[in-house]
Amino acid sequence: MSAPILWIFLPLLLAVLLFIPRNQKIVALVGSIFAFLLTLAAWLIPMDTVLSLANWSFKITSSFDLLGRHLILTSADRSLLALIYGSSFFWFVSSPATRARRRFVPLGLAITALLVAALAVEPFLYAALLIEMAVLISIPLLSTPGGRPGKGLIRFLIFQTLAMPFILFSGWLLAGLDANPGDLGLLQPAAVLIALGFSFLLAIFPFYSWIPMLAEESSPYAVSFILWMFSTVTIFFGLGFLDRYTWLRDAPSLGIILTSAGILMVVTGGLLAAFQRHIGRIMGYSIIMENGFSLLAISLGLGSGLSIFYMLFIPRVLSLMLWALALTILKDNYSTLDLNKLKGLSRTWPFATSGVVLANLALAGIPLLADFPSHLAVWEGVAAKSLPAVSWVLVGCVGLFTSALRTIYFFITVPEGTRWSSHETIPQRILIVLGVVILLLLGLFPQWTLLLWTKLPAIFTHLGQ
Amino acid sequence: MISILNWIALLTALATSIGLLLHQNWRWGVGLLAVQYVSVFWLVQTHWPVSMAAVKLVTGWMACVILGMASMNTETAGGIEASWPQGRLFRIFTGGIIVAASFAISLRASSWLGLGLPLTWGSLLLIGMGLLQLGITARPIRVIFGLLTALAGFEILYAAVESSILVAALLSVVNLGLALTGAYFMNLTQEEEP
Repeated sequence: MSAPILWIFLPLLLAVLLFIPRNQKIVALVGSIFAFLLTLAAWLIPMDTVLSLANWSFKITSSFDLLGRHLILTSADRSLLALIYGSSFFWFVSSPATRARRRFVPLGLAITALLVAALAVEPFLYAALLIEMAVLISIPLLSTPGGRPGKGLIRFLIFQTLAMPFILFSGWLLAGLDANPGDLGLLQPAAVLIALGFSFLLAIFPFYSWIPMLAEESSPYAVSFILWMFSTVTIFFGLGFLDRYTWLRDAPSLGIILTSAGILMVVTGGLLAAFQRHIGRIMGYSIIMENGFSLLAISLGLGSGLSIFYMLFIPRVLSLMLWALALTILKDNYSTLDLNKLKGLSRTWPFATSGVVLANLALAGIPLLADFPSHLAVWEGVAAKSLPAVSWVLVGCVGLFTSALRTIYFFITVPEGTRWSSHETIPQRILIVLGVVILLLLGLFPQWTLLLWTKLPAIFTHLGQ
Repeated sequence: MISILNWIALLTALATSIGLLLHQNWRWGVGLLAVQYVSVFWLVQTHWPVSMAAVKLVTGWMACVILGMASMNTETAGGIEASWPQGRLFRIFTGGIIVAASFAISLRASSWLGLGLPLTWGSLLLIGMGLLQLGITARPIRVIFGLLTALAGFEILYAAVESSILVAALLSVVNLGLALTGAYFMNLTQEEEP
């Protein structure tokens, strides 16, 4: 068996089969177990090595040929596969606790498989086409049944689709540069096309207007899953460009561009979050900020900066999951996430409201919570390069912190005489408490995530080695 | 003779893309898009074998059929765009700007890329018209028309530099996926949750 069959084609096949059962719990259970097994396999099974199990020996080859092109997943990619399928597992396993749509798990599995294929395909520029397919599959997941498609969803489709031509065309120019390294005339158009392609794909300033819109219109659970998956894969895809092309890696303006874009995203995301009255939109802006933090971490240098960049992943996925879960519980019961209509919920929905606030505070980089150590590392790195720059970054974080304070204010404005009660179901309470405990533990013991992020640099040949 | 046919294909692309911009009726839209794919096919076959270029035509027409059938079932198309500006004069004016700008750019681009003027202009014109359509509408079917038009323009240019079968296949899947997304958008109001 080859690794692409195991981590790409089998999940795609299962995704199709999971459309058959009508029971959401069975679908979620099968999908979760499968995602968990794939995570475990990625963590434990090396590629291209003969393994013996009792009297049976087998080898997972790293390559699969398709119409003259290759899908390659080597042992170096195992940690990334574990990260991607591991995060999918957490999203799938929590889905029955919400009123997530029945097709969340099958579509989520198909999206995950396509995005893994995007990272595995050679020549790697074909990834743009596979990402576009994942975008198209994610539309049913993000749409609201019984209503017209919202502006956010349409913009998501437009921006992600426009990214594809830019990246494909830049690939042609880069192939030209590979053939004629002396042809400097191709450098500038190639760099511009790559920058535009990734700006659309990663929703870099100013192309991120659709994120808060989408977070307002669609299910927070689906939105957080899609945005986490797409941004993670896109960033690794982008790093693949830097790993392959020395001229791009060594470009003197690269650091300035990444820093400027990162600061703009953190500042605008944080400040705009502070003025929102819709918690879904606040989560959307925090995702923009997190993408900004990723860019800032990469801008700190392709050695230490990348280590910080890898550190961001696990706390981010946990905070986002908790936030999305808590928001979905509230939205399932109130059909809106407008703060004015959620006044005083802290006494009737104590678990969900605590989850919302703690996740918000964690992503704002508050000490003792999971995101603080990685955010602190980014702040330190940026401060070492420029004090005005880190001041702006802190302004953005204060903005997100302010939004958390406003949310707390609305949640605790309780009418006189309201008694304490908890409307959450037992699985919902368990999941939220688990999330909160993990956020606190990772804030106190950030070294626990070392196991994953120290293995991630192996994915690249030149970066961070 | 071939050169004249290339110019005719360009003029067809020009006429259909402007028509797509002006007509609000979905029947006109689908019909014009179908004709547009004939011009795309002709411009692509200047660099690809006819059998492969025909993939663009067949895929395009399949996309038109999907959109047509979905629109027929919902009959929501038509009506007036809620956003400003709506006027036909405005559309003609902005369309004219795109025609002029794409011509100016294609004069330089055709020599840089080493491609004929009709092909480069046709490609940039469709990209520009598609983007213009995306910029002035919020209606799902028109957004899909815009995306398909812009992609068609890109595919003409990309066919000249990349002849991989896998790319052609994946681009076809993307085109069909966009058409299915359009159909899904149109049927969304009738969808029921399980």
